[in-house]
Amino acid sequence: MVDPRPTTSRRVLITGISSPVGGQLAQRLEPDPQVETIIGVDTSDPQHQLERTEFVRVDAERVQLRRILSAAAIDTVVDTRLVCDPFGAGGRSATKINVAGTAEVVAACAESGSTVRKLVFKSSAHWYGFSSDDPAFFSEATTPRRAPGSGIEGDAVRAEEIVRQFAVRGSGRMATMLRLADVLCGGERTSHTTLFSLPVVPAILGFDPRWQFIHQHDVVGALAHATLHALPGSYNAAADGVLVLSEIASLLGKPALPLLPPFGAGFAADQLRRVGLPVPVDLVRQLRFGRGLDNRRLKAAGYVYRYTSREAVLKLRAQQRLRPLLESGSGAYRYEPEVEAFLRRSPSVQAPARPLPTGFDDLAADELIGIASSLEPSALAELRRHEAATRSRREVLVALDGMLQRAQKPQ
Amino acid sequence: MADSDPDEGRTLELVPTAPTREDRALAEQLREQLPGLEPERRTTDWGRSERLEGLLDRTLYEFLYHYWFRVDVEGIENVPSDGGALLVANRAGALPADSLMIARAVREERADPRPVHVATTQHRSGVPALGALVMKLGGVPAHPANLHRLLFDEDQLVLVFPEGAAGARKSIAERYRLRDFGDGEFVLSAVRARAPIIPVAVVGGEEVVPILGRVGLLGPLTSFARVPIASPLPLPAKFKIRFLEPVASASLADLPWEDPGAVRALAGDIRALIQENLLEMVAQRSSTWL
Repeated sequence: MVDPRPTTSRRVLITGISSPVGGQLAQRLEPDPQVETIIGVDTSDPQHQLERTEFVRVDAERVQLRRILSAAAIDTVVDTRLVCDPFGAGGRSATKINVAGTAEVVAACAESGSTVRKLVFKSSAHWYGFSSDDPAFFSEATTPRRAPGSGIEGDAVRAEEIVRQFAVRGSGRMATMLRLADVLCGGERTSHTTLFSLPVVPAILGFDPRWQFIHQHDVVGALAHATLHALPGSYNAAADGVLVLSEIASLLGKPALPLLPPFGAGFAADQLRRVGLPVPVDLVRQLRFGRGLDNRRLKAAGYVYRYTSREAVLKLRAQQRLRPLLESGSGAYRYEPEVEAFLRRSPSVQAPARPLPTGFDDLAADELIGIASSLEPSALAELRRHEAATRSRREVLVALDGMLQRAQKPQ
Repeated sequence: MADSDPDEGRTLELVPTAPTREDRALAEQLREQLPGLEPERRTTDWGRSERLEGLLDRTLYEFLYHYWFRVDVEGIENVPSDGGALLVANRAGALPADSLMIARAVREERADPRPVHVATTQHRSGVPALGALVMKLGGVPAHPANLHRLLFDEDQLVLVFPEGAAGARKSIAERYRLRDFGDGEFVLSAVRARAPIIPVAVVGGEEVVPILGRVGLLGPLTSFARVPIASPLPLPAKFKIRFLEPVASASLADLPWEDPGAVRALAGDIRALIQENLLEMVAQRSSTWL
């Protein structure tokens, strides 16, 4: 069951293409020759420059979805819409997107005569909830003891149940649910990244909760892996390593201050909410109980994580420090339907337009070059080999070659 | 699924089912996927803080072990140098001096020191300050999934006190008389993980904070409100820790999983073994304090 067999995912539809996850997933799948067609649907314009992905705008009810699915003979649907943070959408509408929206997508996929065989669902570790009776590491086999609590938690439980029905009801169908830990560097404002961007990291007096993360790169990577391989069932997607809050604060170079009282933290959060600071219930529970996930099932299924939790927090710190410098930089990508149609359809287009590196992906290269200048020649050569074997970004390779030459000259 | 029966998940984990060969193969496969070590970190994934523990080990534990309790250790060779093992000890006193001293003995007396994880009652982790402190010093909530991960996947030593809270509430008159070991959940954990059980008898721990009696301030409201009359300072009782021979893991493997009676019986045997050794050690010692 755990052996990943490549599947016949050739024609992929991604919902939520305009979110960072959806857009980056399309960018990740585009170079794969195995994937014939990528179609992205969303209610708003894409935020990412896409090369061969077709964008179709749908309304909130997605009535057009089944027509698109059958017309394009889609075999795999990747649903990235789940809002797992109250900052992503305000309270009630989040539940509408998460539960009613999922039901609509699943209904369109499960319609008789549908060609969809596989549904990959971006779920959340909020599925497990928080309590002091929990195991230190949730495995996929653990079922939460109590009835699902707050908004996001209940949403995740109900949405997963709807998705599971897709696989149960029809033969030859498969549903993959990826339960994501808290995402760092995701390009969206979330309650925990807002918490970490404060000048001090607030804590509850007398608690040092365990906390696990996943870097955006691995979110996209895990979704792409689930799209290209057969992974039936639920999988935790969380980076290696569970940190404690004081450790996170020191990695971020900030003090952790126990600002919230040990008793009545929920009440204090209510008061803050009244003042206009939306402190989500889940965040207060996280600060109290903490949570760890067992990520080994996805690893056994062949996915290799790029970042550990610690490295993801360090990335977040780099991002926090560089943000003031970058905000004045180049303008963001804007979707122009006519230009996109021209690039895709016109016979005059000779070479496909290269997607520009977006977000902080290019910064990682700069950082790498910055670090490399202090390395020994042997380590440099090793790094050069590693880069050539893995990502082989040209600018990094050129810079490393230059450094290697300079290192050899004096002798 | 989750909202149909809130207790469903818990029973799923507790009901012992004999693992099939596929289960075993899968478990072995998952074992290889444990996260690698990050040498820069001073905290484990369990929240254990090497920094705080090291600091206390050099100061407080050092003093307690050598000068206050003057710990004598027997049979340290019974603690295996690799693989998971479950240490089962008698528990007494309001302070966890016994667990600290057992953990220190495993670090101190062996050529290759191994960390010991102490299983604590589950609800501790929700108590402010205490929960965080216990976690940082190597305490782990006694959830079956936690014990299994430590014993089977991570090959660690785990110390349990099957008497539980009842053992810590014993008065001085009941010292060295072991309470019931319950339904022997710890035996199941060891069997599932195929880890040997090492009974540990500790003499001295039950005189450290003697509970002379209890005063019910709030009447019969709760047992918790009954305030124990105890020594305000840990008394310098002489500690003797005896690690007994491991209960053969071969006999554990044949234990019928589905039979709670057999599990209970084995737990009872281990209890009797510790009790016997405790009485022998108490009979042999020259003084409680020297």
